[in-house]
Amino acid sequence: MDSYLTTDDANPRVAARTSRSAQTRPARRGRRTTEGADNAGERPDARQSDRLARALGWFSIGLGIAEVVAPQGVARLVGLEEDDGNHRLLRGIGMREIASGIGILSQRKPTPWVWSRVAGDALDLALLGSALRSDKAQRGRIVAVTAAVLGVTALDVYVGTRLYRNADGGATDDAGDNTVEIKTALTVGRSPQEVYRFWRDFDNLPRFMNHLEAVRITGERTSHWKAKAPVGMTVEWDAEIIEDRPNELIVWQSLENADIENSGSVRFAPAPGNRGTEIMLEMRFHPPGGTIGARFARMFDEVPKMQMRNDLRRFKQVLETGEVVHSDDSIEPGPNPARPSERIPAL
Amino acid sequence: MRANCWEGKQKVRVEDVPDPKILNDRDAIVRVTSTAICGSDLHLYNGFIPSMVKGDILGHEFMGEVMEVGKGVKKLKVGDRVVVPFTISCGACWMCKQELYSLCENSNPNAWMAEKMFGHSPAGIYGYSHLTGGYAGGQSEFVRVPFADVGPLKIENGFTDEQVLFLSDIFPTGYMGAEMCDIKPGDVIAVWGCGPVGQFAIASAFLLGAERVIAIDRFPARLRMAERNTKAETINYEEVDSILDTLKEMTGGRGPDACIDAVGLEAHSPGLQHTYDRAKQMMRMETDRPIALRQAIMACRNGGTVSVIGAYGGFIDKFPIGSLMQRSITIRTGQCHVQRYMKPLLARIENGEIDPTFVITHRLSLEDAPEAYDMFLHKEDECTKVVLRP
Repeated sequence: MDSYLTTDDANPRVAARTSRSAQTRPARRGRRTTEGADNAGERPDARQSDRLARALGWFSIGLGIAEVVAPQGVARLVGLEEDDGNHRLLRGIGMREIASGIGILSQRKPTPWVWSRVAGDALDLALLGSALRSDKAQRGRIVAVTAAVLGVTALDVYVGTRLYRNADGGATDDAGDNTVEIKTALTVGRSPQEVYRFWRDFDNLPRFMNHLEAVRITGERTSHWKAKAPVGMTVEWDAEIIEDRPNELIVWQSLENADIENSGSVRFAPAPGNRGTEIMLEMRFHPPGGTIGARFARMFDEVPKMQMRNDLRRFKQVLETGEVVHSDDSIEPGPNPARPSERIPAL
Repeated sequence: MRANCWEGKQKVRVEDVPDPKILNDRDAIVRVTSTAICGSDLHLYNGFIPSMVKGDILGHEFMGEVMEVGKGVKKLKVGDRVVVPFTISCGACWMCKQELYSLCENSNPNAWMAEKMFGHSPAGIYGYSHLTGGYAGGQSEFVRVPFADVGPLKIENGFTDEQVLFLSDIFPTGYMGAEMCDIKPGDVIAVWGCGPVGQFAIASAFLLGAERVIAIDRFPARLRMAERNTKAETINYEEVDSILDTLKEMTGGRGPDACIDAVGLEAHSPGLQHTYDRAKQMMRMETDRPIALRQAIMACRNGGTVSVIGAYGGFIDKFPIGSLMQRSITIRTGQCHVQRYMKPLLARIENGEIDPTFVITHRLSLEDAPEAYDMFLHKEDECTKVVLRP
């Protein structure tokens, strides 16, 4: 294999790596676009929800410990009848509180644990309701406690809702929220110059990238794309290159009137040990149907990711072996037996 | 043409199928003159390798005459007699350039499937499930051979098919198994499994300078074959109380310097362990029965090597990682990088160092494939290796 990399090339590579690692840093909560994640970290309301959640977590643990260690004292305070059954019940509730608290404080995504508190609140309210009907209970105290629990429940619901919204969209003012993002990487045994040049020849891509039907160059930086979509549909858009660094990077985005709003980048970096070029492909789609559409698309994002990866693999085959490699199975869509085809396939 | 097709678990049928066509410029079409049933074909036959499709043409050990070449083929011409390696390799990717041919990065169009199962994809293989490409196999009259300049070995010296056919898989596979043991003078090598691959591993261990080879199996005929062909010592594991104790007794308490697992995922053993693994396999709680592998690790001397050439396809249970780690055992494994071994091993055949025909027990017609599979599976009539002629 030819030597692709002289030591002089080392610096831009390091730079490429650094910026790449910044891009691939996982967004802290849920799927945010890289722009969103890079956008000065988190928004103030997200930080506030987090603080509230943590306070609720500590509250859970404190209350839980009191209920487990001193159920008698808690029962007296609440106005419950003091018997063994109630003490056992309070210990059980205490354990649940501790679990919720630990969950909120320790998990990267505290949202479900906050909602576990809401479920617990509902259970507690039901128990308090039944205690009210008991003869030996001190009604005044129970009513006061019920009011307190209702207050805490309201807070739990508020925090849970805020966290959910921050993590998963719902707020349409954040452009990143209804985005489906696909990333995949593959190493090709050719120099970044060759790989870049082959890729930059966009109207060449549909020859082996099966998800594309046609690409037409329409200007210096613009092109028209036609791609396959699920259930036999096609989507079309005009794309504009917004950054083009020869042998390193191409960034593009769709223009107005796109059937599906999308953007993407492909990065070419010399692979270590003269192994050619590491291709890092990132694509972002904004499926129609807003957040619901995005959630739906995300459920199936393995499929486009796999297609993208297969397309990248065929790109590698063409560069390394001169053509797309076929097997008896691969020449026809869907699973078919590994035996010669009846007809002469159109390849 | 006629071809032996997989129709379901323990069911194969010789059928009329369309003739193969050139699909890529570097393809050749080969008229098969001899093909064999491999022990690993039985894993497909028994349904242990996922992603088989009804109607798949089986067979990855074959040789024949070139009938047609694509316009990108430079080294072969019509009429050439070739042995075809079971691994399909492009010769251009990084793995091929490292001579890791069974890991070719371009020859498996179903790489995505293999990535799901294995993390990364190995090379394409003829007639060996859709995980490894969905290529039609060679138990047929004609077969399409991709990258015809990279794989096939031309035979020009008048050898019979039977003398060179096993260069397609089992001789190189057994040889690589022995080579991975890094044999040094004085070494004792133990080989689990005296099927065809095990036989070649035993013979190769001696070729590579092993002092002693201990062969382990349960079929007397196969143990006799090892004894007859080489100076291997043998253990019938059904006749000893403990294979580990027996191996210790035979090696001064050290254990073999290297152990070769030439059994793979459908191992047997007397007693509870077999029942346990069989049951887990049936409940899909493990896909492979690693009885030989477990024994090979436990038996190996401290700091020794375990070489795994028996085929595994999925996941195993009760893997003795403690023994492996605490005792500095090295595991080496892989589907054979056949292209790396074909020429050197052909030279050994030419020099008279080995005659690969010793493993053949049955010679049948391609039309007899269903009976041959059944006989091979049940080891009837001391069946060890079947060669089929279309």
